[in-house]
Amino acid sequence: MVTGLINENPIIYPKKERRLRTDSSTTDEFTPEPIDQLEIFDILNFGNCNPFVVDIKDPEHPNTLEDLRVVTEDSVEVDDENSYVRVTFTPTVEHCSMATVIGLCVRVKLLRSLPSRYKIDIRVAPGSHATEDALNKQLNDKERVAAALENPNLVEMVDECLPSEE
Amino acid sequence: MVEPNQLTQYLETFVDITRSPTQQDDSLKAIASSLENDSLSINQLVREMEMYLTTTDNVVRARGILLLAEILDCLKAKPLNDTIVHTLVGFFTEKLADWRAVHGALVGCLALMKRKDVAGVVTDIDAQAMAKSMIQNVQVQALALHERKLGFELLECLLQQHSEAIATMGNLLVYATCEAIDGEKDPQCLMIVFHLIELLAQLFPSPSGPLASDASDLFEVIGCYFPLHFTHTKDDEANIRREDLSRGLLLAISSTPFFEPYAIPLLLEKLSSSLPVAKVDSLKCLKDCAMKYGVDRMKKHYGGLWSALKDTFYSSTGTNLSFAPESLSSPGFEMNEIHREAVSLLQRLVKQDISFLGFVVDDIGINMVFDTISRYSEYKEMPDTSKLEVLVISQILSVSAKASVQSCNIIFQAIFFRLMNSLGIVEKTSTGDVVQNGNSTVSTRLYHGGLHLCIELLAASKDLILGFEESSPTPGYAQESWWSMVKSFSVPLIQVFTSAVLSSNDDSVTDVYFGVNGLLTMGMFWGGSSPISRSEFEKILMTLTSIITAKSGKTVVWELALKALVCIGSFIDQYHESDKAMSYMSIVVDNLVSLACSSHCGLPYQMILEATSEVCSTGPKYVEKMVQGLEEAFCSSLSDFCVNGNFKSIDNCSQLLGCLTNKLLPSVAEIDGLEKLLVHFAISMWNQIETSGVFSCDFNGREFVEAAMTTMRQVVGIALVDSQNSIIQKAYSVVSSSTLPAMESIPLTFVALEGLQRDLSSRDELILSLFASVIVAASPAVSIPDAKSLVHLLLVSLLKGYIPAAQALGSMVNKLGSGSGGTNTSRDCSLEEACAVIFHADFASGKKISSNESTKIMFGSETTLSKICLGYCGYLDLQTRTITGLAWIGKGLLMRGYERVNEIALVLVECLKSTNCSGHALHPSAMKHAADAFSTLMSDSEVCLNRKFHAVVRPLYKQRFFSTIVPILESLIMNSQTPLSRTMLYVALAHVISNVPVTVILDNTKKLQPLILEGLSVLSLDSVEKETVFSLLLVLSGTLTDTKGQQSASDNAHIIIECLIKLTSYPHLMVVRETAIQCLVALLELPHRRIYPFRREVLQAIEKSLDDPKRRVREEAIRCRQAWLVT
Repeated sequence: MVTGLINENPIIYPKKERRLRTDSSTTDEFTPEPIDQLEIFDILNFGNCNPFVVDIKDPEHPNTLEDLRVVTEDSVEVDDENSYVRVTFTPTVEHCSMATVIGLCVRVKLLRSLPSRYKIDIRVAPGSHATEDALNKQLNDKERVAAALENPNLVEMVDECLPSEE
Repeated sequence: MVEPNQLTQYLETFVDITRSPTQQDDSLKAIASSLENDSLSINQLVREMEMYLTTTDNVVRARGILLLAEILDCLKAKPLNDTIVHTLVGFFTEKLADWRAVHGALVGCLALMKRKDVAGVVTDIDAQAMAKSMIQNVQVQALALHERKLGFELLECLLQQHSEAIATMGNLLVYATCEAIDGEKDPQCLMIVFHLIELLAQLFPSPSGPLASDASDLFEVIGCYFPLHFTHTKDDEANIRREDLSRGLLLAISSTPFFEPYAIPLLLEKLSSSLPVAKVDSLKCLKDCAMKYGVDRMKKHYGGLWSALKDTFYSSTGTNLSFAPESLSSPGFEMNEIHREAVSLLQRLVKQDISFLGFVVDDIGINMVFDTISRYSEYKEMPDTSKLEVLVISQILSVSAKASVQSCNIIFQAIFFRLMNSLGIVEKTSTGDVVQNGNSTVSTRLYHGGLHLCIELLAASKDLILGFEESSPTPGYAQESWWSMVKSFSVPLIQVFTSAVLSSNDDSVTDVYFGVNGLLTMGMFWGGSSPISRSEFEKILMTLTSIITAKSGKTVVWELALKALVCIGSFIDQYHESDKAMSYMSIVVDNLVSLACSSHCGLPYQMILEATSEVCSTGPKYVEKMVQGLEEAFCSSLSDFCVNGNFKSIDNCSQLLGCLTNKLLPSVAEIDGLEKLLVHFAISMWNQIETSGVFSCDFNGREFVEAAMTTMRQVVGIALVDSQNSIIQKAYSVVSSSTLPAMESIPLTFVALEGLQRDLSSRDELILSLFASVIVAASPAVSIPDAKSLVHLLLVSLLKGYIPAAQALGSMVNKLGSGSGGTNTSRDCSLEEACAVIFHADFASGKKISSNESTKIMFGSETTLSKICLGYCGYLDLQTRTITGLAWIGKGLLMRGYERVNEIALVLVECLKSTNCSGHALHPSAMKHAADAFSTLMSDSEVCLNRKFHAVVRPLYKQRFFSTIVPILESLIMNSQTPLSRTMLYVALAHVISNVPVTVILDNTKKLQPLILEGLSVLSLDSVEKETVFSLLLVLSGTLTDTKGQQSASDNAHIIIECLIKLTSYPHLMVVRETAIQCLVALLELPHRRIYPFRREVLQAIEKSLDDPKRRVREEAIRCRQAWLVT
């Protein structure tokens, strides 16, 4: 386990103005509302999913992935009809060893929040990480993800990243 | 008399630190009370305590002294001999030197200082000795928190009560205070410390006094707290907030002018900080200091102050000027706290010393702003820096101008001419003279920056007049130079603004905004000393009114102009400007009202009504005018419709009534005399209907009838009893002149009733509906003429299917007085008599086939109505109407708590049975009506039988009905044979359950929860009952979140979960799915062992909800899944 901070002083970006939904859900009972980019993005920013917090348990930096621009709304691609979603995230530093954990968190969060028909594809933004290919492979390998989730330590870590709203 | 050994025992208890605090407290109280009732004297006590007070054992001595001190603290109001007080003071003063016992000594000194006047107080000499001892012996900062606080309190007391005696100590006192407070960090102590500084400042005001010489040291000690940083938000026992502390510090800093050389530089430095709190505090403090330190001392800082203030304005002003109608009556951009404080500081400085204005007027920025103004004509073209420049400079100038008459003069002299020049109002001719650009050529280009500056200045001078008018009645403004300037330019200015309003270039919104704002500002100069003449004022009104009446449709211009007129109207009303009110009335109000009457102009009628009602709501006189106008308009439109069949007129009528109900009625309490006007309106509605003999063509004017009913109801509802009476009389006379009374001759027999049709002419229907509205809203004290035949009439109309008649009948039986009571004025008919008509038993009926069976079943089913309900006659239509009507009658009886409601309830229940007394089941539609009748009975209605319409409401009527009917329904559900009847019984039950207060449900959860669950699963099969399912589900969720409910939920967990899981896929209503999922989350509150078995089941169900077509359901599902995953 790493003891110090990997990126001691992450840049915190101001929140972008949220795209507001034109809320038609209340007016019409039967029009379906397909899952879209914003919804996935909201799922990912549900609680504080900050792996940095996990490692050091420092309540001083309760930043969300959005604050750090690890995941932005535009980095989510979703195709509801074909049940496909792809999230491209950008680790804050090139050799961030937390990238796997972030990726895993994102995957687990989506696994738990999306219908099972979805295929989930998690990627590191091109050029943003030293071991990009290895990472992509690792994050999308079903067996390895499943194995990772067998590891109680890892699960605990992921769970802390994804606090439930209670 | 306390026994000596008992006293010793108390003393021992207190002194012994191994005893518990409560024991010590008790003994303290015991001694104090025996002193209080004189069974023990102080002398005795002290003699008894001698050993404890003088022993060399430090702990015992400290405790002993504390005991004596605490006792004195309890006896603050008990009169004591002067000698005793003196001796005690001497003792405690001396003990201040004993550092081990200093706590007790401080408590004692404080207790003595706080003694009441009548009970023997500390003398000045004693106080002086005490202060000396305190200063010499007590090192406050070396003490613990509690003692420090006591020390400061003691100093505070000494300074407050014996200031003269203590003042002789001079430098020593200041020095000692300085030392005592140096480095204090506790908020409670700091509050006292800041006050101490203030007291010292009051004590030594002389410039050669001790404070003046030590000011630098003292300021060093307190200055370091500024700006105050205090982040504790949690309420501790002291409950000190940051605002309190910062206020205390400000008062301390501004307490004496001797701080000036140190304070002002510090404050200016902090003002330049980037911390908003520091800025706000500095500005507040500078304002206080400017007031307290005086002009002479402040003068040398003016340069620094001005530049700091200017920077603050620049950094705290935003550049988005809003051009929306709302900003006409507000600053137009958001003001934060820094900005507000800066404004008030600037105003204070200018008001205090006019020479400060020199810095403002001579500032280079003021000169530059004219360049900026003439460089850009459009506001939106300006770069942000220029926008900021214009806004800030305008703001600074207007704030300074507002400060005093003198400053206003100076500023107008300095810039008004140049401003007029750059706006093109003034031109230089060849001879060098300055000429007003009268009527000929108004500048072709409107400079937005200039307009803004100009409006700000005018607004400032307008506010100046208002500010002074309120304090002094008659100041002459005519000789002031700003006044004459405004006066001489008023004509061209109005022209410029008017041309801006009428401009039609690309950026017309901004043009129009500035134009309207300018006109508005010029229209609001206060009457007596207005530089705007009356004709000019009228011109302004005419310009604005012409925009409203122009056939342009609803545009921004229109809204702005309307808002401006409303502002002017309320201004006139607020400041009682009678001259202007007359102009306003004749130009604006008359015009609009006549427009509303004519209804033949190009504007949509809705807009005319909106404009008229907005404008007229600014003054009571205008309201009167408006109601009269509307009355006239209503009558002419209605007759136009009747005579010419003009459908547009009837639409106008509905809109007009809607306007009356929505805009005027809510303000009836605020406007005197409005009630009378409205009653008059209602009566002339009746008159008009009476005269409009026959409608020329049949119309489908549902909308009109609805609007007329609403208005009539509301008007009668708010009217006084006398007015109600006159409306009813009028209405009754109209009714009796119509063909309606013919119905009274219809006997209440099967034969006669069977053939009833919905066959009233549209005029009769209108009259009936309106009459029903009057009855619905009338108060119980009103006398209803010929009530018995009216009951008959309404009953027949009800059977014909007119719901308003049923509601009116319900209201009547609700409000009629009972026979013996005599509370009611309708003497000719009591409740019993009305009931006799309604529950009329029909023995003469030819169709008395099964009456033999029915007699033995129940009393209620013998009446004609109940027989119709139960389907004795073959007409389904008549049957359903009767059921609905019966429900309304029942509601009226239920609310007043009359027992015959039970008969009705039993009839309704009978309708729901699979085999009722008539031997067969009812038609499904009739059953459905009967089930829904329970909703009518229990739910609160908007249209009738509520408090607004004076219904008689017996407390807890819902609870009573609930406890009678639920057992009946429950047993029927158990025994019912057909699924249909079962479903309908559940619908009825659901209506009852979901309309009683939730506490009733919670008291009966154990019994009800299984019923609710069963009901949910039965009702969820049919999409018709979706609303009922939802309301029932809400009741269930209420029981799940309550502790009482949770117990029984724990027993029923498996059924509940099963039911909720089914509802998570309820296809007909999204909110049902959403609520079901929320309930599943709520279930997690139950004991873990009860719910864990269902984990897998729930998770599977929720997984499906993750793919719900509705987003809100999906969001809930994610939350729910996460919550269940971690169990």
